[in-house]
Formats: sequence, structure tokens, C-alpha cells
Amino acid sequence: MIKNFIENAGWPRVIIGLFLLGLFIAAPFVGVRVDTSLSDTLVRFGMNAVMVLAMIPMVQSGCGLNFGLPLGIIAGLLGATLSIELNEKILSWCGQYVNAAAWGAPLSFASAIVMALPIAAVLGFFYGKLLNRVKGDEMMIATYVGFSSVAFMCIAWLLLPYHNPTMIWGYAGAGLRTTISVDGYWFHVLSDFLAFTPFGLDHLYVPTGMILFFAFMAFLVWVFMRSKTGTAMTAVGSNPEFARASGVNVDRMRVISVMLSTMLGAVGILVYEQSFGFIQLYMGPFYMALPAVASILLGGASVNKASILNVAVGTFLFQGILTMTPSVINSVLQTDMSEVIRLIVSNGMILYALTRKVRVKR
Amino acid sequence: MRFPLFLNSEVILLSEVPLLKLENIGKEYYGNRVLSNVSFSLMRGEILGLVGENGAGKSTLMNILFGMPVIGATGGYEGKVIFNGKPVHFTSPTQALAAGIGMVHQEFSLIPGFTATENIQLNREVLNPSLLEYIFSHRMSTLDRDAMRARADTAIRTLGVDISPDMVVAEMPVGYKQFIEIAREIDREQTRLLFLDEPTAVLTETEAEILLKALKKLAESGIAIVFISHRLNEVKELCDRIVVLRDGEVIQEADAKTATVREIASWMVGRAVSEKTEEKPQKSHVIHDETALKVEHLWVDMPGETVRDVSFEVKKGEIFGIGGLAGHGKLGIPNGIMGLSPAGGNVELFGRRIPLNKPRRALDRKMAFVSEDRRGVGLLLDERIDWNITFTAMQVQGRFLRGIPGILQLRDDEAMRKETESLIKLLDIKCTGPAQHAGELSGGNQQKVCLAKAFVLQPDLLLVSEPTRGIDVGAKTLVLDALREYNEGHGTTIIVTSSELEELRSVCDRIAIVGEGRIAGVLPAQRPAEDFGLLMMGQMPHDEMEATA
Amino acid sequence: MNKTGKSFWALLADNAVPIVFIVISAIAIPLSGFSASYLVQELLVRIGRNSFLILSLLIPIMAGMGLNFGMVLGAMAGQIGLILVSDWSIVGIPGMVLAMMVGTPIAAVLGVFCGNVLNRAKGQEMVTGYILGFFINGVYQLVVLYLMGWVIPITNPILLLSRGYGIRNAVSLIGVRGILDNLIPVSFPFMGGVVRVPLATLLVIAAFCVFIVWFRRTKLGQDMRAIGQSQSVSDSAGIAVNRTRIIAIVISTVLACYGQIIYLQNMGTLNTYNSHDQAGMFSIAALLIGGASVSRASIANVFVGVILFHLMFIVAPMAGKNLIGQAQIGEYFRVFVSYGIIAIALVLHAWKRNRDREAARRSLRGPAEGAKEAA
Repeated sequence: MIKNFIENAGWPRVIIGLFLLGLFIAAPFVGVRVDTSLSDTLVRFGMNAVMVLAMIPMVQSGCGLNFGLPLGIIAGLLGATLSIELNEKILSWCGQYVNAAAWGAPLSFASAIVMALPIAAVLGFFYGKLLNRVKGDEMMIATYVGFSSVAFMCIAWLLLPYHNPTMIWGYAGAGLRTTISVDGYWFHVLSDFLAFTPFGLDHLYVPTGMILFFAFMAFLVWVFMRSKTGTAMTAVGSNPEFARASGVNVDRMRVISVMLSTMLGAVGILVYEQSFGFIQLYMGPFYMALPAVASILLGGASVNKASILNVAVGTFLFQGILTMTPSVINSVLQTDMSEVIRLIVSNGMILYALTRKVRVKR
Repeated sequence: MRFPLFLNSEVILLSEVPLLKLENIGKEYYGNRVLSNVSFSLMRGEILGLVGENGAGKSTLMNILFGMPVIGATGGYEGKVIFNGKPVHFTSPTQALAAGIGMVHQEFSLIPGFTATENIQLNREVLNPSLLEYIFSHRMSTLDRDAMRARADTAIRTLGVDISPDMVVAEMPVGYKQFIEIAREIDREQTRLLFLDEPTAVLTETEAEILLKALKKLAESGIAIVFISHRLNEVKELCDRIVVLRDGEVIQEADAKTATVREIASWMVGRAVSEKTEEKPQKSHVIHDETALKVEHLWVDMPGETVRDVSFEVKKGEIFGIGGLAGHGKLGIPNGIMGLSPAGGNVELFGRRIPLNKPRRALDRKMAFVSEDRRGVGLLLDERIDWNITFTAMQVQGRFLRGIPGILQLRDDEAMRKETESLIKLLDIKCTGPAQHAGELSGGNQQKVCLAKAFVLQPDLLLVSEPTRGIDVGAKTLVLDALREYNEGHGTTIIVTSSELEELRSVCDRIAIVGEGRIAGVLPAQRPAEDFGLLMMGQMPHDEMEATA
Repeated sequence: MNKTGKSFWALLADNAVPIVFIVISAIAIPLSGFSASYLVQELLVRIGRNSFLILSLLIPIMAGMGLNFGMVLGAMAGQIGLILVSDWSIVGIPGMVLAMMVGTPIAAVLGVFCGNVLNRAKGQEMVTGYILGFFINGVYQLVVLYLMGWVIPITNPILLLSRGYGIRNAVSLIGVRGILDNLIPVSFPFMGGVVRVPLATLLVIAAFCVFIVWFRRTKLGQDMRAIGQSQSVSDSAGIAVNRTRIIAIVISTVLACYGQIIYLQNMGTLNTYNSHDQAGMFSIAALLIGGASVSRASIANVFVGVILFHLMFIVAPMAGKNLIGQAQIGEYFRVFVSYGIIAIALVLHAWKRNRDREAARRSLRGPAEGAKEAA
């Protein structure tokens, strides 16, 4: 029975899960509050889960792990900065229909998503076309397409004609700042929605809105994967030749999946920012793909199969470790090993998945 | 100079002892007998023609002699191999090579970016002596390019062709590559026996002539050759003796000079007609006069199965067979019609033209295809059986979906499960249920899943490729019966492509034999097997064929 | 005529990347306003500093394993050697040699590990090597940041963080700084300035080039070339494919270790937690800018690449500043170029490989009647 469970869950998950459980148990003994830790884990879960969700379409269609997530993030950043730049115009336009004063933050956030999505769709379209030409090498190329687009945007952030004084460098009068606060725009717009502290525990803050939002996005993905197109996409990832023989346009499915992944990445970074409170430009999105990739693999996905359960489990475990190791290990060893553990766990997971795939295939 | 045995006095003394002697060789794969009681011998300098249909056991025999690991992994073989007067039992190709057996395969195993010299001497390079050799290994010595080139040149010259040793293989015409392969084998000092598996298949006529001449020269120098070919004229011209294999047994050993091509062909295919075929009641299905499928001047660009120019017609309700040797294009025909391989020509279904190269359009016209490549094309191995069976119908015909068409339609798991369960029952698929993954099933049951997938489409025309390849005898009968029953029950027109002639004869009304990418002839299934065999060898006299068509 | 025209275009296409960089440099050099002697001096220094590292990439490319993103493993080994040597206060050439001796076994072990992992991920060597770099980086940090000064004795307090264990972010390599570069002092006047030549370093690099030329002619080198083109054919010819691949990676890793030591003796400071990261990325980008591809690289590519890449590196910020008034733009531009060039090289490689595969499939086909007509 236990053996069965371990086999189903997979050794890496069991080990990491037990490790995390151990950390939670040890926490009170070294003076770390469990409720605070749990709350932090939940918040980080909510912040990152949508970006992890962005892995699903590409994995399912056989495009591999989306190391090109920064492309989606860039679309999200453009949406975010545009929503702030155009905040007044948007609100006054919306004011014709609703009470803009009361709904300011949600409207502004929604406008960020609305503006980010078409950008993500276009970027994803071309990115997907590119990946279709380099079948077999998607992951490495995705990595460097992500990197170079981030570097390219660094130049763009300096040159794009933004004017909102909260976003541009004061002394130069041009060029966007490295970090931009979203306070006063849509800070915690999702996090604080229906947020509560259960059992009278003041330190256990539950970001209900953010988690509900993730659930909603996950539901959309779930519905999509059950549609005719979603089913075809899964078949393409499982065996492209089968799909072709069944009259499915394989390349088109792959492009659709890349577009979806990119769009989810854009929404993901917006969710992240509203909770974090800042928009991080320039090299900010650089290494964002690796934690997301590691999370979904930690959740039990493989290079060509992933489910929403993988996303939820993986994100929780990964973010749990990230939250708990600094606090607990610090208290025990009097030193901060979280970065090292993060590096080893996340990259170890990816290595495991990469080497495992070949074994299963041959 | 290159062949020491030729000069060696000991060799001359031994020359009356056969170089290779096989005694009662037998082999079973998973209870499936593929070779039994094969015995023959081969003298030095003798050329032996080994002929037989696909699946007659030629490749298994070669695998045994060459020590391929697959033989050991499947339980070894029976009988004795005596090479050079000593009993041998190779467990790896390296051992066979070391003993002096060389093999030239149908697929080229050459490194494209290397020159002829580098390929001929691959992993046998002439090295400059070096101190590092003693400290590390011989791999630290540098190559002696001049010596290598000289040796390669000698080997190429032995074959009587003029190929520069510095030519890069990638830039060579196909025929040259074949020569380089052979040169590589004879460059090995110890090679005494050479296996050639259809070496002329890729050559032009002139090249083939040069090769045959070269082989004769080689034989004169003392090397024994086993020559495998489907071109019986060549076999007759080149070989001293012919051994005919059929169903894993030596059917005939004959002098190549006296046996006629017609005799050889009939030995190859003329198996005793199995009782089952005799007993089979006359087909009870109805064949209409209406033409279901009309194919005109079809060409298909499928790797290894090129179709050059094929025309035929199939009547409604008919079961039409397509046979022929492997590599001659019979598999290209259904793949081309279904749009899976680049194709051209005219294909009409019930009088309406079908656009080629677009699988979706073929499926839209109610054609269904069971691919010969079950695991590669036919199945989603990592998905559930119900997905496998219903996927194509869902994508093409919009079935097994719920919701509002055009807005949001989701998979109807319940409908998928029901349909799958009924098919599992109908075809007797052995599985734990619709949720089991297709990859976990046995070959026969996988094939049934493929059939079920085609049946769900309720096709007007069903194309089935190699329906019984790689499945056991019991399952074979079930699959063939299922096809026949479906044809009788629904009046569906069926085209079966198979390399097993007996199978085609047992299930089809008419059979087309494909040779070299063209239809060699169409005969009623009742015709004697020998006629089909002659067609396959391209030996049917033209007037005779006219009379039967 | 048609034929020569075609070969001209083919030549242009084959060398498109270096040509683009020559054009960029030609525009940016006057904009930057640097003097010729300054540029020549800087380039000489950078050739000495970087060439060895880049050369270490050649052997795995020969063995068909692509760009060895796992070379950072060797760089880390070299850094551990340097840290220990600094602690033992062994200076000068003996210090450098000792650092290499300490680094070699570490690099060899990491190389064997890396080779084995890559053998399990055939066809995905690059992405696997890349992730492996991150993974070993974690282990490296564990060792350097926690175990050094605790499990591994480090006595020199200047190296240690104030908490008593773990190595500082920046380690001054005063004992070996410039030791090889200045071993044979040579300088010459050039266009109004004096240019110093790191002759000893260049000699070492020359020796390395000779090694590679020799290595290509050995049986091992020949085997690697064979494996690089077809693993299955090499295997059936009796070449130990997996073992040879591991040897290729081990050689590359050990050489990268030496390369990093040479690089750092020139820099004079070790960024304990960053130096190796940049080593990998910049070396690969430079090699590709030199006109190499994922499957083919020569010694010439290394030197063309190192010159063009670093020329851009030197002039881009200044040119950016003089052109737009922001040095930042040039800075980002060169980052963009480094990553972009790798992305483009990878895309071109994959594209070409997929086309070649298609062509190989086509060569298996006999000529179909209609295909002939269509042609």
C-alpha cells in the first residue's frame, strides 16, 4: 500500500515532501512560527502557480519544457507598464460605464491583462513558428530565445517613450526604472480579495483571491485540454505521427500551444507582481523560467506529460522548500543555505527529468 | 598479395574441407519457429546464392552466423556451425569479424563526412608508432595517412572500380557507397567469407555488372561469398550454387547453371497449399459492379517503398490484396492514397477525386487506414485505449463530443467508454478495460485496437497494411477473420497490403503484385501460388499475364 | 559563371556571423573614439585571457556533443584550485602550477560525472550540460560557501567571510596576478602608444593549439570525429562510443580548468560566485561569433571569435554613450548580442540538421516517377 503510493507519487516527490514535512515539524523547535511559514508558502504558491501552469500546453504538445517563459513575462511586463502609463485614460474611459473610483484597482489590473494578452499571443505565434523549425532542440533554443529577448527588452525599456513619473528615472527624465511600485495602482488586488486569517491566527494570512484566481486559470486550462483542440494537442505531444494520420495539423497545434503558454506566462507575471508589489524590469525575468520548470517537474510531470495536479503539487512543494529552508535551516545552522538548496533541488529535478526521458524512450 | 590464404600451402592442403558448414541449424523466436534443420556447406572461393521470400529466414540465418546479440537474447539457436574446420559459436559481430566473416548490409553503414579511405579503415587505421602508445593506449598514436590511403586504394582496385580514396562518401553516388562497403570488408586481412545482402538493389545496371565481375574476381582469390538477391538472373549469372529457403527450411539446393529462373521462383513460393485455404467456403460477400476506388498513375515518395506508376481499380464490396517483395513499393500505395507520404497522380473514390498529401481530406471522404507502422503511426502508446480508438473519429467526424458545436465542445468520456467497451467485446481485445494504456498490450491486441480505430470511423473504404506483421499465429487468424466479417457485415470495400502471400490468398478476391514500384500484374486469388511467385520475380511472360488479367 | 556566383554567396552565408560583426565593429570603432594602440593593447590582453577557455570547447564539438555548456564545471575546479593555493600562500608560477594540479583531479571527476550524465541524455547534450552547470554550481557553492573554513581548512582570514567560514565574494589573487602574462616582458611602440605583449600566455596558447592539431591526427581524435558524425556506424565498427564521449568531456573539462586559471591570473581577482558563470557564456558566444557552428569549429574560429567578440565588448559601451548618450545601452547591447548569437547559432544548427535529416530520408527513396516530372 505504502509502496504503491510511493510508486505512484515517485521517489523525488516523496523525499522532498518528507523533507518539507520535517521542516514544518522542526520549525516550532527552532523558534520559527509555523503559521507565518504556512502563510508565506501560500502567498508564494499563489504568486508562482500561474507561471508554472504556463508549462502545461507546451509540454502536452511535445514542445518540451518552456524555458522560453521570459517571452511571456515580457508581454506581461509590457501590459503592466502600459496599464500604469495609461491608467488615467483607462479609468476615465471605464468611468462612463462603472464607478471607476470604487473599481479602480481591479479595472487597472484587468486592463494590464487585456493589453498583455494580444502582445503575448503575437510573440507566442512567432516563437511557435520558430520552434516548429527546430524540432528536437526546442529546449535549448527556448532558453536562449528567452535570454536574448530579455536582453533586447533591456534596451527597449531604456528607449520606449514612457512618461508616467512613477516609472521613469527621475534624474534622466527617460527610461524606465529597474523596479516600479504598483502601489496606488493594483497592489494586492487579487491577494486581498476575500483574504482572511482563520482560527484567529493573526499570522496565518490566506490570499484567497490569488488562489481563487489560480483555480480559475487552472479550470480554464482544464476545460481547454478537454476540448477537441486540447485533445488533439495532447495527441500531438504523445505521437505526432499518429496525430498527423488522424488528420490533425501538427504544426498548427504546436503553435497554438506555444501561444497559450506565452499568454499564461504573461498573466502569471501580473499575478506575481500584484502580490509582490513591484514590477521588475531589465534582468528581472532572466532566471524566472528555471523555478517554474523545476516546480512542474517536482510535481511529477515529465518532459512530455504534465497535468494540473503536477502544477499544484509541484508549486506547493517547491515554494514550501524555498520558504522553509531559509527560516528553519538558518535557525539551526545559523546560516542561509536557501540559495544553495534551491539551486541543487531545482536543477537536480530538471536533470532527473532530462535523463529519465531518454531511458523511457529507448 | 592481400590474401595470404591464397599463397599459403596449408590452405591448399585444406581446400577440400568446406570453409563453412551448417548442420541442422534451427531457431525459434518466442515459440515461433523461423528456421529448422538448415544444412549446407560452402567451399573456399565458391559463390552461393541464397534466395527466398521475405520472412523465409534469410536474415535470421545471417544473424546467427554473424553473432548478432539478438540471437543470444532470444534463446540462442540449435545445430552446429563449422567454420574453417572448427565448430564456432559467435556471440557478437566482433567475434565473427575476427574469425573472418564479413557482411555488407542493405543499409549503408558509412560515415558520410569521411573519405573513402577513412571509411574503409574505420577503427582499423594504420598507426604511426609512438611512445604515448605505451603510456596510455594505442589511441594516442597518430594516423599514418599515406599507408591508410595505399591500403584503401588496393582494396578498391581489387574490386575493379576506379574510385578516388580521397573522395568524401557524402558526395558519392549510391553505387560507389556500395563498393566502399565491400572494400571495407575485403580490406580486413582475415576476411574469408563475405555475406552480401541485396548488394545490387541500389545499383544501376552497369554498376551491377561491375560489382558482379568484382565478386567473381574476389572468389577467384579464395574468398567465399554468400550472395542474397531477389534478382534471379543475377543470381544465376554469378553463383555456383543456389540454396532456396522457404518457411525456414532448405527447400532446394541446385546448380545455378542448370536451374531455370522459373524453377527457382516456384521453389521459393510454391509451398504446399494449406488445408485451411482449401476448406474456406466460397466468399459469401457481394461484389458490386460499381467501382469504389480508381487509382491512375499514382506515384508515392515513401522512403524505401517508392511507388513509381501504379494504376488499378477496386470494386465496391471487394477485398483487394496488394502483395510484393519488401522495398518494392506496395506499402507506399496505401500511404500515398491516405496522404501520409508525398504523392501524385489521380485517385478517385466513387467517382470523386481525392486530393493527395492531405490526410484530413482522405479521412473526410470516409476512408480509414490501419498503418503497417503500428507503434510509430498507429497508436498513442502512452494513452488510454479509448483515446486510441475514438480520437480520429473525434477529430474528423466531431463525434464523442458534448456541448455546443462551434462554441465549446468537450470530450464525452462516457460515450468514448461505451463505444470502446463494445469494440473490446466485438474484437475480443485482451485488456483490463478502456483505461489501460495501449503500450501495455500485446502486439496482436494492439493490432485489434488499430482495427477498432478504423471501424469506429465507419469507413466506405478500409486500407489495411501488414495486418498480421509481428503478431502470433492465433491473433493472425482473429485479425483476418475480423476483416472478413467486417466486409461481409457492412459491405465495406477493403484493400489489404501484405508481404505474406498466403494470407492475401486466404482473404482477398483479387491480388495485385507490385514490383519495382509498378503493378506487375493482377490475378484472382485462386490462381496457383507459383504464378504469384513468378510475378514477384518479374518473370511472368507478358503474353501470359495478358491472358490472365 | 552561375557556379562561381553561387559559391560566393555560399561563402558569404557560411561566414555571415563574422561578417556582420566586422561591419558592426567597423561602425562602432570610430564612434567609440578609442585610440588604435589602446584597442590593440586591450585585444592582446583579452586574447591571452580568453583563448585558452574557448579552445577547450573544440574537442566535444569534434565528438558531436555540441557546445560544451558543462565547461563551467572545469572553471569551478580551477577556482577551487586557486582558492586553496591562495590560502597556502604559494605565489608565482609555482602557485599557478599547483592550482592546476589541485584543479585537475577535481575537473577530471566532474568531467566523468558530466560525461556519464550526457550519455544518458543523448540528443539533448547541450540543454543537459547547461542545467548540469547550474546543478554543480549549487554543489560548488555548498563547498565554497559552507564547507571551506569549516570542513576544509582555510587558515588565511583574508579569504574568509567575517562569520569564520565560507569564502568571500571577491578573492584577491595577488600571488598569481599577471604572473604568466609578465613572465617574458615584451613591449613595442605602436601608433603613439606602447603595447605590452603577454608573450608567455600566448606561448602557452600556441602550445595548446599544437596539441589540438596533434590530437586531431591521433586515433582517438579520428574516433571522436567518427562518433560525431554517426554513433551507430562507429559503434558497429567497434569503437567504444560512450567511453570516447566521456573522454572528450573529461579533456574539455580539465582544459577549461586550466583556461579559467589563466583567465583569473590575468584578472587578478576572483569573483567567487560569478566568474565561472560568465566563463561559459562568453566563451561559447565568442566561438560562435568566430564562425563556428554547433557541429564544426576550428582553431581559426576561436581567434577570429575572440577578436571580434571582445572588440565589440570594448567599443560597444563607449559607442553607445557617444551615440545616444547612454553607456547603459551599449552594455545591454553586448549582453543581447552574446545571447542572441548563441540563440541564432542554435536555431541555424537545428534547422540545418532537420533539413539534412529530410535530405537523408530522401536519399533512401528511389526516384518516384512523378517526382521526376515535377522536378
